[in-house]
Amino acid sequence: MALSTFTIKTRWPSGIAAGLVLVVTFGTLGAVILRADFSAGLGAADWAAVRFTVTQALVSAALSCILAIPVARALSRRAFRGRSVLITLLGAPFLLPVVVAVFGILAVFGRGGIVNSALDWAGLPQVSIYGFQGVILGHVFFNLPLVTRLILQGWLAIPSERFRLAASLDGSVSQLLERPMLRQVLPGAFLVVFLISLTSFAVALTLGGGPRATTVELAIYQALRFDFDLGRAAMLALVQFGLCVGAGTFVWRFGAPNAFGIGLDRRIERWDGHAWLDGICIGLAALFLILPLGMVVLRGVPGLLDLPADIWWAAGRSLLVATASATLCMALALALALRGGPMVAIIGVLPLAASSLVIGTGLFLIIYPVMNPTKLALLVTTLTNATLALPFVLRAIGPSVDAVKADFGRLGATLGLSPAVWIRHIMLPRLRRPIGFGAGLAAALSMGDLGVITLFAGDGGETLPLAMYRLMGAYKMEAAASAALVLLGLSLALFWICDQGGRTNVDL
Amino acid sequence: MQKPIILTVAAALAMATPAMAQTPVLTVLTYDSFTSEWGPGPAVEAAFEETCGCDLQFVGAGDGAALLARLQLEGPRTDADIVLGLDTNLTAAARKTGLFAPHGITADLDLPVAWDDTDFLPFDWGYFAFVGNAGAAAPTSLRALADSDIKIVIQDPRSSTPGLGLLMWVQAAYGEGAGALWADLADNIVTVTPGWSEAYGLFLEGEADAVLSYTTSPAYHLIAEDDDSKVAWAFDEGHYMQVEVAGKVAGTDQPVLADQFMAFMVSDAFQSIIPTTNWMYPAVTPSDGLPDGFDTLIIPAKSLLFSPQEALAIRSSALDTWRSALSQ
Repeated sequence: MALSTFTIKTRWPSGIAAGLVLVVTFGTLGAVILRADFSAGLGAADWAAVRFTVTQALVSAALSCILAIPVARALSRRAFRGRSVLITLLGAPFLLPVVVAVFGILAVFGRGGIVNSALDWAGLPQVSIYGFQGVILGHVFFNLPLVTRLILQGWLAIPSERFRLAASLDGSVSQLLERPMLRQVLPGAFLVVFLISLTSFAVALTLGGGPRATTVELAIYQALRFDFDLGRAAMLALVQFGLCVGAGTFVWRFGAPNAFGIGLDRRIERWDGHAWLDGICIGLAALFLILPLGMVVLRGVPGLLDLPADIWWAAGRSLLVATASATLCMALALALALRGGPMVAIIGVLPLAASSLVIGTGLFLIIYPVMNPTKLALLVTTLTNATLALPFVLRAIGPSVDAVKADFGRLGATLGLSPAVWIRHIMLPRLRRPIGFGAGLAAALSMGDLGVITLFAGDGGETLPLAMYRLMGAYKMEAAASAALVLLGLSLALFWICDQGGRTNVDL
Repeated sequence: MQKPIILTVAAALAMATPAMAQTPVLTVLTYDSFTSEWGPGPAVEAAFEETCGCDLQFVGAGDGAALLARLQLEGPRTDADIVLGLDTNLTAAARKTGLFAPHGITADLDLPVAWDDTDFLPFDWGYFAFVGNAGAAAPTSLRALADSDIKIVIQDPRSSTPGLGLLMWVQAAYGEGAGALWADLADNIVTVTPGWSEAYGLFLEGEADAVLSYTTSPAYHLIAEDDDSKVAWAFDEGHYMQVEVAGKVAGTDQPVLADQFMAFMVSDAFQSIIPTTNWMYPAVTPSDGLPDGFDTLIIPAKSLLFSPQEALAIRSSALDTWRSALSQ
């Protein structure tokens, strides 16, 4: 118990962060509930949507995790030229706006896509992507990169001393080091993918091929937009939260912290594994993830020079929002991660279960009596994007913060360091890599977000994804494809800059 | 160095405010693609501001359905003076909100159907149609399409106004037999998208042989892109119409300007902007006629349209029919 005398006093910041998350998630839902009349309960079609939503989310999460393990292990074991570029590119699908990614996927797996053209050429029957398989493929495409990165972080966080120990004991790396690490990282990663897929709407509908693939989020959209049935929207949003808390509690009990000693955090050359097997894993993942991105690039290049000037203004606005929301998100995430504990774990995943339509509607209802919401469009977008990115950033830095606290907390106590000094000199230097990754993630996610802005944007306040969507609405598909390319480039650039910033001096 | 800049900006704002306060502002709540740079919005704004001595401001809010939801969120306190962009599938629900006042305009409308709504005034209209590639097999009816193996993309009636339009089309053409037609159409439908943009994009990418859009869509390709490879299919059952309307908000603080705008809306200046920006038929044909290219479009032999009350009454059962037929 003597060890716990060194506590880091972060009540204030973590309290503010938790409060903000609660306002954006439950506060907005509360605002919707206050305005709702509850005339009828949920119907059979709604429960069918709940069943479909949960089933596809479970399969998507399981498959993303299973496939990510060999890819992350291969990447952690192998050093080769272009590895860091590849790692950044592998992260790209996750950062794309949904509609762009769907077009990329269809250019490869659709009826007129590369795969079916090849099958045709070989005289084989076509395969259809549309249906349950399409929903899963889409979600794995989005989430495989995220899980791969999360696991990769876990692998790189194993101190080299532990590998030496395993080697000197002639023990199995996989049994002694990898399984405990996976047991710590995977449940959280699974939960994140489960929740992302839970609130999916456009991917599930478009690739699912029809009303069989109705998700809860689509039912919420219908309730809010077509029926203006706030009561039904609120009930459906509550079901989503219920699923989130249920899944969160389950996963939290399942996960286990690993219990190794401290290391001097130096990296090591790995000796185990087969190079050819790792090569195949990396190659297949790269092909699966990068081919659709390549198609996005190919579609976008022809119209690039003819893009209207407005697009560049919108791009500037998006960059501003992305930078601000990434900064805010990092502050929130650090405050919450330092506090730690089960409450933070729950708060940290809540935004994932929130419907962005309910958030937007609730914020609108809260702001409208006070002032014109369109005047606050960019501010509200910044705040919401920071909150929505929080779960990912918390996943990225949380395990490392816990590890530093466990490994170096006693040092701080022994030396009698003040929390500020401890954070500045002991913790932050050890967190450079996850902080860089987290900030990159938050910035790029914000860049591609097309959520609440649709409800708030007035004249001239549009962000790049919204501008792209408006181009599509005006038949200008070629210009929209070019705007998508600009968006892809900027998102990746933001992510790359933050991520690289975190990697300098990584060998402390 | 920062302070002087802030002071200057503050002074500029302080001086600007009184001048701006003298110009009355007319706020028009409309859908996104109307107010976008490529829609009718900018030209309409310039034309109206020439004569009104006012500042016309558009507020964009998603599509037609989102527009009504937005108005309902704002309620009687809304800043909007005009709501522009609802269609007849939405006007019954819009009237129920009690937020609209009679428009008081008598105009000589060029619509294929009679118009006697005193609250909502049309500004443009069009026929829903499947748009495919010239030279490819073109079915001549919904039934023939359902019996063929032609692949189509449609929009979800729960999230998109064209999607809802197709739902009404099948209902108007087949009534009790709508379920059977949907069941036969099911194997033609490649996928159902959340909105028009995704569906049209998928069609242009070659994911389907045709897409649910408008008879006027080929005019865009012809006029803006000099491309005559897209055609709309004329169907024997007739084509369901979309009539887009505007209404005056009862609680407007600019009643005179709002009336002025409603009258302007059916004048030549506004109507001549519509065909090549909104790619629909103008509600009143401008004195110069329709732009070149519109003469190449198909003219359906029969126009289908439910009254707003009928459309509202059958929507939920038509949705159930659609959902169960396509979920088999």
